Amino acid sequence: MREALREEMRRDPLVFLLGEDIGRYWGGAFKVTEGLAEEFGELRVRDTPISENAIVGAAVGAAVTGMRPVAEIMFGDLTALAMDQIANQAAKMRYMFGGQTSVPLVIRTPFGAGVNIASHHSQSLEAWFMHVPGLLVAVPATAYDAKGLLKEAIRGDDPVFFCEHKLLYPIVGEVPEEEYTVPFGVGDVKKEGSDVTVVATLFMVHKALKAASELEKEGIDVEVVDPRTLVPLDKETIVKSVKKTGRIVIVSEDCKTAGVSAEISAIVVEEALDHLDSPVRRVAEPDTPIPFSPPLEQCVIPNEEAIIKAVKEVVG
Amino acid sequence: MTANLPKKSLAGMLQKMLEIRFFEEKVFELYGQNLVPGTIHLYAGEEAVAVGVCSALSAKDYITSTHRGHGHCIAKGANLKQVMAEILGKKTGCCKGKGGSMHIADFKIGMLGATAVVGAGLPIAVGAGLSAQIRKTDQVVACFFGEGAANQGTFHESMNMASAWNLPVVFVCENNLYAMGTHQSRTMNIINVAERACGYGIPGVTVDGNDVLLVHETAMTAVARARLGQGPTLVECKTYRRRGHSRVDPARYRPKEEVEEWLRRDPVKLFQEKLLRGGFMLSSEIEQIEKQVADEIEEAVRFAKESPYPAPEEAFDDVYA
Repeated sequence: MREALREEMRRDPLVFLLGEDIGRYWGGAFKVTEGLAEEFGELRVRDTPISENAIVGAAVGAAVTGMRPVAEIMFGDLTALAMDQIANQAAKMRYMFGGQTSVPLVIRTPFGAGVNIASHHSQSLEAWFMHVPGLLVAVPATAYDAKGLLKEAIRGDDPVFFCEHKLLYPIVGEVPEEEYTVPFGVGDVKKEGSDVTVVATLFMVHKALKAASELEKEGIDVEVVDPRTLVPLDKETIVKSVKKTGRIVIVSEDCKTAGVSAEISAIVVEEALDHLDSPVRRVAEPDTPIPFSPPLEQCVIPNEEAIIKAVKEVVG
Repeated sequence: MTANLPKKSLAGMLQKMLEIRFFEEKVFELYGQNLVPGTIHLYAGEEAVAVGVCSALSAKDYITSTHRGHGHCIAKGANLKQVMAEILGKKTGCCKGKGGSMHIADFKIGMLGATAVVGAGLPIAVGAGLSAQIRKTDQVVACFFGEGAANQGTFHESMNMASAWNLPVVFVCENNLYAMGTHQSRTMNIINVAERACGYGIPGVTVDGNDVLLVHETAMTAVARARLGQGPTLVECKTYRRRGHSRVDPARYRPKEEVEEWLRRDPVKLFQEKLLRGGFMLSSEIEQIEKQVADEIEEAVRFAKESPYPAPEEAFDDVYA
């Protein structure tokens, strides 16, 4: 992530960062921007007041006047405070103003539970942003995808809501030395398989891969599909996989009702029902706020056991 | 007082004020003929604010606007035909019929768009100011909003951020006393919104918003301060809308005496009287401008009426996600 920001800031002087505590004194709550203020100065790596709506609004105003801002919202839950600027302003301006402007803006924020910080710092709210026409939504699961998608997001002309997962920051992954980007709308088959398709996003990709290797021992060959972006969504890769395996389990950390898994499920039913050998299964957060105490929290986060159980059910 | 302006500038200001007044009267009339879809929030009565402020800006400067924004666009120099066509929902409108009365934008002239969410333009103006600061241009942003918006969280967030970063923003509060039907006295315990500026460590000035020269002079000071990198100013202009909040509102909540008093102090009339009394313009010259503006508005109406509606499938243009 940091490499992507550094490379893009070196490449294009119009790219700048703003957010709470992203500068030299803290480097971002998850240290993503560490060292960037030292290299690019405080004009381009700007610590902001605690004013989420104005952070996004300022990024919107800068974007429509020629800059390429990357705004960080310290925790995904706090995007609720900035929802007007995200959903009513950034997402609407190009359309509502008849194409006179675009809004080349990236909003980065971490979602996800698992570190015992309870209901206001642990949610997975990706679906909110999928529901608003005018926002691109990225959900990378690996270092390679995160870097490539972030560079693509910064170079694009439309607003990108860039979801990160706090448990993914420490996960090390191979990244090529040479320049590359990852296009939006192109899913990635993280593991090929023939018996059942598991679609997963963000940290759930890693849980799905672990579940897949457990299931392999029992002779069940799982294909793991990572859409990498939710908007645009690579329906083709998902549907193609389902046509091959005839079975699907969708794993997402967000709430089950009207969530990411609901949307993917509807697409599969609309476009590949005839190819399904068993009903669609979903593994998702069971529509509760995220609790604090470790046993409570673990109870509501989708885990490998739940994925294995769902896969066995569809494989029958 | 004429703010030592040359006659050409005075005539230009009068022309803009008349353009807004005649334009809005025409919009009201067209609405009555069922030619304007949706609703309208007319700027008539507040002309001195938009014209006083925009005449202090240069072409490369930016403005942000509100749901009551026709006047801001016209004052900044928008094409009357395109604005009228937009209000009528036509393909030739400045937003191709996608925005309408509450969402007019004209990026060519630095008009960054009207937002119909009260108070939402303030942080966007801060961002435009931030952009000017980072790009090291000397552009200034004038941010229009009503006294109702001063009770939104974005007011606080934006004033504070612009002040903390010394951004070139002039916050222009058009205080027309009523947020829809709610009088200011029922929602804040102060009379002058500009008093709030001291909480942000920036200058706050309250002026008669119906006196275009006074607004202009105040805006010139605020713009100069912003351009020099000395930070934002909050300028509060006391004004009054001639009609209700929107087309359907007869504004019965406004006492008759109050309405009469403000209409007596109509900004267009006040300015014309001042120009005549001071011998800056002859009544024949004013009449000539009036006629010219009336023709211009007729032309805009003709253009808008004759323009086609967008084809239904244009609803999918500029959809990217």
